[in-house]
Amino acid sequence: MLKRVHFPSSPLPYLLVAPQLAITLVFFIWPASQAMYQSFLIEDAFGLGSEFVWFENFEALWADQHYLDAFLRTAVFSLLVAALSMGVALLLAGFAQRVVRGAMFYRTLLIWPYAVAPVLAGALWVFMFNPTLGIFPYFLDFFGIDWNHYLNGNQAMALVILAAAWKQVAYNFLFYLAAMQSIPNSVIEAAAIDGAGPGRRFFSIILPLISPTTFFLLVINMVYAFFETFGIIHAVTQGGPGSSTTILVYKVFNDGFVGLDLGGSAAQSVVLMVLVIAMTIVQFRYVERKVEY
Amino acid sequence: MVENRPLTAILTHFMLVLGVIAIALPIWITFVAATHDAARMTQVPLPLWPGTHLWDNLKQTLFGSGLSGTEGAPVWLMLFNSLAMAMMISLGKIAISLLSAFAIVYFRFPFRMTCFWMIFITLMLPVEVRILPTFEVVANLGMLNSYWGLSIPLIASATATFMFRQVFLTVPDEMLESARIDGAGPMRFFFDILLPLSRTNIAALFVILFIFGWNQYLWPLLITTDTSMTTIVMSIKQMLEAAEQSPQWNIIMTTALLAMIPPIFVVISMQKLFVQGLTETDK
Amino acid sequence: MAEIKLTDLTKSYGPTEVLHHVEGEINDGEFIVIVGPSGCGKSTLLRMVAGLETVTSGEIAIAGRRVNELEPSARDIAMVFQNYALYPHMSVRENMAYGLKIRKLSKAEINKRVEEAADILEIHQYLDRKPRQLSGGQRQRVAMGRAIVRDPQVFLFDEPLSNLDAKLRVQMRLEIRKLQQRLGVTSIYVTHDQVEAMTLGDRLMVLNGGYVEQFGTPIELYDRPASVFVAGFIGSPAMNFLPATAEEDGLLLPSGIKLVAGLAQRGQVLLGMRPEHLIPDAAGPIAIEVEMVEQLGANTLLHGTLSGTDHAMVASVSGHVSAEMGTVHRFAVTPELLHLFDPETQKRLEA
Repeated sequence: MLKRVHFPSSPLPYLLVAPQLAITLVFFIWPASQAMYQSFLIEDAFGLGSEFVWFENFEALWADQHYLDAFLRTAVFSLLVAALSMGVALLLAGFAQRVVRGAMFYRTLLIWPYAVAPVLAGALWVFMFNPTLGIFPYFLDFFGIDWNHYLNGNQAMALVILAAAWKQVAYNFLFYLAAMQSIPNSVIEAAAIDGAGPGRRFFSIILPLISPTTFFLLVINMVYAFFETFGIIHAVTQGGPGSSTTILVYKVFNDGFVGLDLGGSAAQSVVLMVLVIAMTIVQFRYVERKVEY
Repeated sequence: MVENRPLTAILTHFMLVLGVIAIALPIWITFVAATHDAARMTQVPLPLWPGTHLWDNLKQTLFGSGLSGTEGAPVWLMLFNSLAMAMMISLGKIAISLLSAFAIVYFRFPFRMTCFWMIFITLMLPVEVRILPTFEVVANLGMLNSYWGLSIPLIASATATFMFRQVFLTVPDEMLESARIDGAGPMRFFFDILLPLSRTNIAALFVILFIFGWNQYLWPLLITTDTSMTTIVMSIKQMLEAAEQSPQWNIIMTTALLAMIPPIFVVISMQKLFVQGLTETDK
Repeated sequence: MAEIKLTDLTKSYGPTEVLHHVEGEINDGEFIVIVGPSGCGKSTLLRMVAGLETVTSGEIAIAGRRVNELEPSARDIAMVFQNYALYPHMSVRENMAYGLKIRKLSKAEINKRVEEAADILEIHQYLDRKPRQLSGGQRQRVAMGRAIVRDPQVFLFDEPLSNLDAKLRVQMRLEIRKLQQRLGVTSIYVTHDQVEAMTLGDRLMVLNGGYVEQFGTPIELYDRPASVFVAGFIGSPAMNFLPATAEEDGLLLPSGIKLVAGLAQRGQVLLGMRPEHLIPDAAGPIAIEVEMVEQLGANTLLHGTLSGTDHAMVASVSGHVSAEMGTVHRFAVTPELLHLFDPETQKRLEA
């Protein structure tokens, strides 16, 4: 935490933390407390006055079927994104760590989607799946599938999941590969001497040994799917058709900036904050446990 | 690896190549679209092999009218805006995080833990969840449509502070003792010893933060209304909207390509630092 | 002139006192070794002299000047650390010059001093290398070079040899001693190794649990250890201790044998005998039942118990001796080489 030896006390440390504290106060703590405060207010229709209503905004959220649907939708969306991107990454990392020479070569080829902005990822996938022009609808047509994510809510959901998972594969791959490469070779060799083939070794040795990484990635991927996929949704579906791809982050933005429902949006923000804090705590618990290993 | 059976080796490489193709496909298609003219990009099926119009498309996108039907800023200006924002965010984050981590690790002062916790809280509040009130603060400060408004609210970072704290804690105590016997004061120690010792960590963090900054979308979307402040990443969305009227996919995808190249270049060229930065900041 | 005076020096961390009323005067040019087991407070004491730890109470004076409140850099000292603490990103030359640069010495003066130190330590060919390109012994020299260039009034060494292998340690030990004699700088050296302490120090300060057990020359410590702790700590193999009763006609050992008469003390005492002072003598009073033999070449160690008891005993006999397990060997001892201690206070009883 603190060095055993430190500098004698002076005003200097205050100057050093001042920039970060100032920014934190002005752009983090103040807005967050504003959101808290606003979540207890209802503005009248003309924006002229507001009334303190305690938990009414939250109760309204709880009673709002649209909000509950969005909540459920976000959970499904996040789980599918995490499962898809982690599954693909695990598979690729499992093969890549078997390659003695060239693992780094494959790594180079697999990591670039990380650098692509979510909204760009959305644009690429929207282009590939453009109902009239896109490559994929053209091929899907041969199988009798009529692709139009502008009309079909399930297809729209599938598309944002694909785009979101694609972008995250690189990240998961890096962590899985690092975790697998840190397994001592002697453990693998011992299993081979015990007669386990490559497939069996993967499931009975490697998979259990990297389970801490899997848990860590699950949390990270959930956070990613919850908060960082705004750009993808905005570019691909804008929450539609209907509200079939409106996840919580998108709803906060939509209700606040488009619908101008400040109290409701603030209440949603507070719910999201609670969610992030919960996930962060889970993640830190995990980090602490990992240290004990 | 343990055994050396040619069949499994072939299968392994086959699966990996398949994976690479699947991962690279969207980027390949983007590249291909950027090499054809507008007419070819309206015929089904779309090409899967590059054409000959890359240069024309680049010229039109970068210096020409860009996408017709939008009254946007020239793309080179967007690229500049993105670069400015990414640099301000990454360098700003590194600077303030270095200073605050230094204070927290090397000084004992009243309210030290309070400061620590206040910084820690920012870890829990991504910009997306406090978007509206933060927007109001920036608007009240008159920072809309400015580089300051684009970058400063994103600068405070608990992650970077934590990483530097971690790095500083691994620097042996004797470094400081030795420096004190040599007569170095706190700032001298910071610049002469601590900074040089953390330079690879700084570089690794820079790679991550540059990408983070370059790829910002929601925040610039909210606080820039002036087209001269548009960033390249934002412009894609506007072009997609325009594409619904007049599809000019060659230009859109050229722009997308231009928006992807800088961060991809950073990741690939500094791969080692990038991996180090990623695994260190998130651990 | 730099003598060091420690007056009633105490150090506490919160409520725990780790150093208790340390007193000591170190003369100009003297080489003092502070020795003791780990956790005895020896490093803390050294770091207090360096100014890296605050003084809880008492006074440290260097060259007649109270330095309690001075920054390390203002005390005119130099320190060699256990892990050398070389700045890894600076070349050897820059490492040595850094402190001088901060003191704003002229370029020419810095160069002159670095060259001189490099001459003394024979590290000229490494001057432009980075610390990581050097071996342990070379780093050790650089760390000393960094101390020398400052031309300080006091050298402080914090276990500087403990990271080296055994052979190099002996060699560097000699070099440090020669260097110190040549420069004549007052030095304080901390170690847990009693051989290092005996060979290096003009005088030794033995610390145990934060108390100074004894402060004297190596020979004084060996010949007249002030306490059971010092007696057991100095000398290898360690001194044998036996409970004994001092009576009018001699010392009654647990084996029922009486040893030498004419002692002033009466009652329970702790008898100490160094293994090397036990002389093989078929008629000797001390019988040892041998359990294990260690052949060291120049001498032989016989481990066993005092015959008829289970008190462990070691005898060191010069040359090769063969002994069967379970056989009894007899030894004699000169009365002047016996040490008596009070079993209560653990302090030496003077004959």
